[in-house]
Amino acid sequence: MSAHRNSGAQAAKVFNFKLVLLGESAVGKSSLVVRFVKDQFDDYRESTIGAAFFTQVVPVDDSTSVKFEIWDTAGQERYKSLAPMYYRNAQCAVVVYDITQSASFEKAKTWVKELQRQADPDIVIALVGNKNDLASRRAVTAEECQTYADETGLLFQETSAKTGANVGDLFKAIAKKMPLDSQKQNQRTGRNSSSGPTRPTVDLSGSEAASTGNCAC
Amino acid sequence: MEENYDVIVLGTGLTECVLSGLLSVEGKKVLHIDRNDYYGGESASLNLTQLYRRFRSGADAPESFGRDRDYNVDLIPKFMMANEELVRVLTHTDVTRYLEFKQIDGSFVYRDGRISKVPANEMEAVTSPLIGLFEKRRLKKFLEFIQNWKDDDASTHNGVDLDRMQMIEVFKKFGLETGTQDFLGHAMALYTDDEFLHRPARETYDRLILYVSSVARYGKSPYIYPLYGLGELPQGFARLSAIYGGTYMLDKPVSEILYDDEGKFKGIRSGDEKAYAKQVIGDPSYFPGKVKTVGRVVRAICLLQHPIPNTGDINSVQLIIPQKQVNRKNDIYIACVSASHNVCAKDYYLAIVSTIVETEIPEKEILPGLQLLGPITEKFVSVSDINVPLEDGTKDQVFISKSYDASSHFVSIMEDIRDIYKRVTGDELVLKRRPRQEEEQASMAAGQVS
Repeated sequence: MSAHRNSGAQAAKVFNFKLVLLGESAVGKSSLVVRFVKDQFDDYRESTIGAAFFTQVVPVDDSTSVKFEIWDTAGQERYKSLAPMYYRNAQCAVVVYDITQSASFEKAKTWVKELQRQADPDIVIALVGNKNDLASRRAVTAEECQTYADETGLLFQETSAKTGANVGDLFKAIAKKMPLDSQKQNQRTGRNSSSGPTRPTVDLSGSEAASTGNCAC
Repeated sequence: MEENYDVIVLGTGLTECVLSGLLSVEGKKVLHIDRNDYYGGESASLNLTQLYRRFRSGADAPESFGRDRDYNVDLIPKFMMANEELVRVLTHTDVTRYLEFKQIDGSFVYRDGRISKVPANEMEAVTSPLIGLFEKRRLKKFLEFIQNWKDDDASTHNGVDLDRMQMIEVFKKFGLETGTQDFLGHAMALYTDDEFLHRPARETYDRLILYVSSVARYGKSPYIYPLYGLGELPQGFARLSAIYGGTYMLDKPVSEILYDDEGKFKGIRSGDEKAYAKQVIGDPSYFPGKVKTVGRVVRAICLLQHPIPNTGDINSVQLIIPQKQVNRKNDIYIACVSASHNVCAKDYYLAIVSTIVETEIPEKEILPGLQLLGPITEKFVSVSDINVPLEDGTKDQVFISKSYDASSHFVSIMEDIRDIYKRVTGDELVLKRRPRQEEEQASMAAGQVS
């Protein structure tokens, strides 16, 4: 995989970025992604099972698109057991809280701190207040979060995975903020690009077929 | 955690994480616990803070070493052979998706006071300074024999019966000198002692083929290594397990293992909390009364600011000192990786020197290895017991993994995984290819339409 490649139909440049989701359990992290990727919502969605990650392409302009490789926590955040691998090479993060649960906003702030400690210093972080369809039960004001986001240098958006409000806008805003400079991307990503000055990495799956003939002499 | 599970897994070492992942994929409800606040147990890769917590009672690492997060220091040194079974487990489960591998640049062997490259094929063998002129012809004949062998074609057997003859007999049949036997058995078949000579030749044959076919796969050496250290492997399989519903709890002490009246495993207690399951899998450290010590390994993790001398200034190396070269019973292994594998800061190198302990002064035993490294910036020495379970778990439903041995690859770990899998589930492990991410997403999208 290269950092950018032509997508046949539009002959547009596509830039790959790893995006990680963070936030307390049950704030709607997976629902946001399912809404974004499949434009779907399920009221009784079980905790995340069975999906490693999704990919979705967002057009930025006529000649450029951003392809997000979206990693879900797989529930490993619940008991503070997210592996360092999760943050590794993440170029953008969506930190989600539930606007009806003020504790989830406090938790979101600790995730932002964790990202600043563990992740790439250039990571693009979006703070997202989900469930804004439940405005009557609002416990966190948008002003408060906007102020925090401005101070901390984060994108900020309130969304509803249920109604779909602002979900597309959120990812579009992130896409616009990504550095679309292939050289820079090459430097910064370990994954999906030829990292390191010495030699590209090896592709395990690709070469398996070639080596099935037992004796390779 | 107060719930019932199918299986509780204790410790997040590689063996435990692979099993947890495989069982979760099959629909088992798994609770996976580790007393440490990091993944990997004894097969973890640590950052500087964790490393100094473990070896220097929490003292601060020198600032000159660079950033904490640039370090992923393996506790046990291993390289993955490109064609070994663990690679198939990685590709079939699509865990490769989370990982990136690089080749190890070269494999070397110490002989008669010199470091030489291990020939990767018969072409290299006949030009290698390791082998004497007349011996080269014999070695070439032997390597051709190994690679042409077909079980069902007696004309390829040269009168050898791999299952009934000892390896020493096969070597003698080809007239190979002790030095060549040493080189084949230790640098290519990767035996750490000489017991293989008197075992059925088939075992050595399989390992030589593994070596040769692994070299053929990527070229420079038979080995590959994951960027960010070996600790990525357990993390990858833990993620697989979590994706299929496995529950993860790090930093969770296990206060007690609970048994029923018949002595069968019933559950675990952590502080005031309890969790129940029919079976438990765990590493030896969670079951001190149910394991025995069969040996000890001494390992010295060395931080260097230069490549290992006399290896051609390459970034990653395996270097084997065969036992006979230094009058020992067990080989000394050196595994070196560097900043180019994202395991330490720029311009640093990490070399681990290890061997099976034979004396009362283990640190002295690795001296021949340490002396080949040049100046050592910092050194962390540990001696670990190799523990194995006393029983197979059928009686008490407690399935304990073996400690990581001194071997340089993952073959014995994979054997243990297969074995435990069979004892836990009653079935042989059959690797089924999991849908890749693209296929998964496509099938979910298709489901939405219908």
